[in-house]
Amino acid sequence: MGFNRKDLLGIRDLEVAEIEYLLNLSRSFKEINERSIKKVPTLRGKTIIHLFYEPSTRTRTSFDIAAKRLSADTYSVTASTSSIVKGETGLDTLKNLEAMRPDVFVIRHSASGAPQMLAGRTTASVINAGDGMHEHPSQALLDMLTILDNKRTLDGLNVVIVGDIYHSRVARSNIWGLTKMGARVMVCGPATLIPPNIDAMGVEVSNRLEECIPDADVIMVLRLQKERQQQMLLPSLREYATLYGINGERLKGAKKDVLIMHPGPMNRGVEISPEVADGPYSVILDQVTNGVAVRMALLYLLAQR
Amino acid sequence: MDTKQNSANLVLRNGRVIDPAMGLDAVVDVLIENGIIAEMRAKIELGPEKLSQFEQIDASGKWIVPGLIDMHVHLREPGEEYKETICSGTQAAVAGGFTSVACMPNTQPVNDCAAVTQYILEKARDEGSCRVFPVGAISKGSEGKNLAEYGELRAAGAAAVSDDGRPVMNSMLMRRALEYAKTFDLLVISHCEDLDLSSTGLMNEGPVSTRLGMRGIPRVAEEIMVARDILLAELTGSRLHLAHISTAGSVALIREAKKRGVPVSAETAPHYFTLTEELISTFDPVYKVNPPLRRPEDIEAIKTGLRDGTIDAIASDHAPHSSVEKDLEFEYAANGVIGLESSLPLILRLIREGVLTPMEAVAKVSRNPARILSIPFGTLRKGITADLTLIDPEVKYAIDVSRFKSKSRNCPFAGIEVQGKAVMTLVGGRVVFSAA
Repeated sequence: MGFNRKDLLGIRDLEVAEIEYLLNLSRSFKEINERSIKKVPTLRGKTIIHLFYEPSTRTRTSFDIAAKRLSADTYSVTASTSSIVKGETGLDTLKNLEAMRPDVFVIRHSASGAPQMLAGRTTASVINAGDGMHEHPSQALLDMLTILDNKRTLDGLNVVIVGDIYHSRVARSNIWGLTKMGARVMVCGPATLIPPNIDAMGVEVSNRLEECIPDADVIMVLRLQKERQQQMLLPSLREYATLYGINGERLKGAKKDVLIMHPGPMNRGVEISPEVADGPYSVILDQVTNGVAVRMALLYLLAQR
Repeated sequence: MDTKQNSANLVLRNGRVIDPAMGLDAVVDVLIENGIIAEMRAKIELGPEKLSQFEQIDASGKWIVPGLIDMHVHLREPGEEYKETICSGTQAAVAGGFTSVACMPNTQPVNDCAAVTQYILEKARDEGSCRVFPVGAISKGSEGKNLAEYGELRAAGAAAVSDDGRPVMNSMLMRRALEYAKTFDLLVISHCEDLDLSSTGLMNEGPVSTRLGMRGIPRVAEEIMVARDILLAELTGSRLHLAHISTAGSVALIREAKKRGVPVSAETAPHYFTLTEELISTFDPVYKVNPPLRRPEDIEAIKTGLRDGTIDAIASDHAPHSSVEKDLEFEYAANGVIGLESSLPLILRLIREGVLTPMEAVAKVSRNPARILSIPFGTLRKGITADLTLIDPEVKYAIDVSRFKSKSRNCPFAGIEVQGKAVMTLVGGRVVFSAA
């Protein structure tokens, strides 16, 4: 089937065949990143603009390294330093940059659905680098790729996503991807951080971490934003860490080959203990490495339409 | 309103007159003399001297209904004239078949005093195409802290008070507002929303908001305030009207309150019986409105509420916004949809769906809002001023937003296929709108 879309906005609308194609293509780019000369001329002459309405260092760096290794020309526009501060609308920013004829926009935005809206208003390709609480497709792809580096298949796998599911685009994109590929997904967190009717997305729900650990093949740990305490969502970080933190003690009941994942950045000692973050089950840094390969695959596909 | 050259003497022939206030549904001629309904019966004969003076209009195949009343619109003047003015808004009204509108006070400045009320009435008189009934504010500046001066507002011509756009969060203030308004026989219109529960919500809370990664507004945010306001109306014995009802739970509460004899009335808007939250998966801000679009179950309950009389009136909540406020990311876009020029065909659709009879449908936008607002319109009784709408119930077309008289274009029904429209609107016997 390949991948014939103008944009990559989310996982929800992708076919299983498309996801498999993207994962396989990503795998083929991994090797470039292990070479001494990490450069191929594939996207030479292509212009890629990172349009970040919401700040990000890791994702942007990952996309930028990916683009440059493919020999594309890249530019970054960040909201805090751009005309957006002067009151320019998101659409005007996009149209002005589009007038400079980029091939791809990599867009991160704090408003759910914004990349979709912007993609409909430009002929350039748009890659969603994270929109509000909605989707973060490249993250889900790199997460699935990392799991497949360690497990034979996603089909039938038990994946537990722990943390602030409510506000998490990483959780949503992973739920779409994993359930499409046949995994059994459980979300676990305090009741105030589980969004209403999330079972309609095809997941099971638990508020008790200890019940989820024994059967888990993969535990995806989400970052807890410290501000949630001020928003009446949690009594304290201390209680959260006690009830939902992934630490060595909790993992004593886990499978011997359980994978611990985290999209980063981590709050050590809150949602994940240092021993686990740096321990033998963790594939967190592999996720980051795979992220560059996934983003190379996406840029390769969309910049050459 | 501007006095047109056309005469206030005419006879409409062979139209189907539907007047719920008179319980009339019959094909008759209507004679309008000096702007007053003079006679209504089959085959009115005019003497030779009148034949030349009276314009004859063939209304065969058309419905003749009392000039429609939209009791909830935002005309944006004073202060936001770039979105709409009293001139453009009333032009939109008559193009939609409405001869009277009640306009909400969330202008700039807020209409919490005689000065703004008088300004609106003068503008309407000089530049408007239909009757305008200003609604004053419940609280000064609609800030929800202190009562506005209802005596002054009533004397200046306000038909009701409301802080619409916002709820009155302080229950004590709402109680005092209901008590104080009673003295002046002023209706209190409530926008029911618990701001703490709706908080930063952008759409109806549920599986769709979860899927789209949007903060949701739970239905109880409306229902809690509906319940509270009903109980306060019961406590004070004051007349209460609930604006833009959107949920099944609200309908149930109102139904039960009416059974208990609480003096409460309610309205809904066409989008709440037509559109669902699923449309927001397009992330198109044209669907962003407060209260938000809800579920199919809520649409069904609203329709049932219209049918059994729980919901008395249909009002558009016409809320014009320019592209500056609307052509943005969904989260940043303003809430609101225009509705004056799309209401009528959607109300007619309810008749075709079997939800309402023609008489019941017309009542929701004539007799009922007139009674709720205590204004002497909404009927075609002999001797009354001839505010009247001719409807072609058969014509099929697609809603063409580019031809709207409104200054704004934020219409969620753009392009949809509908049937039926106003083809002529008369205010005081003068033709203020005639379809090309």
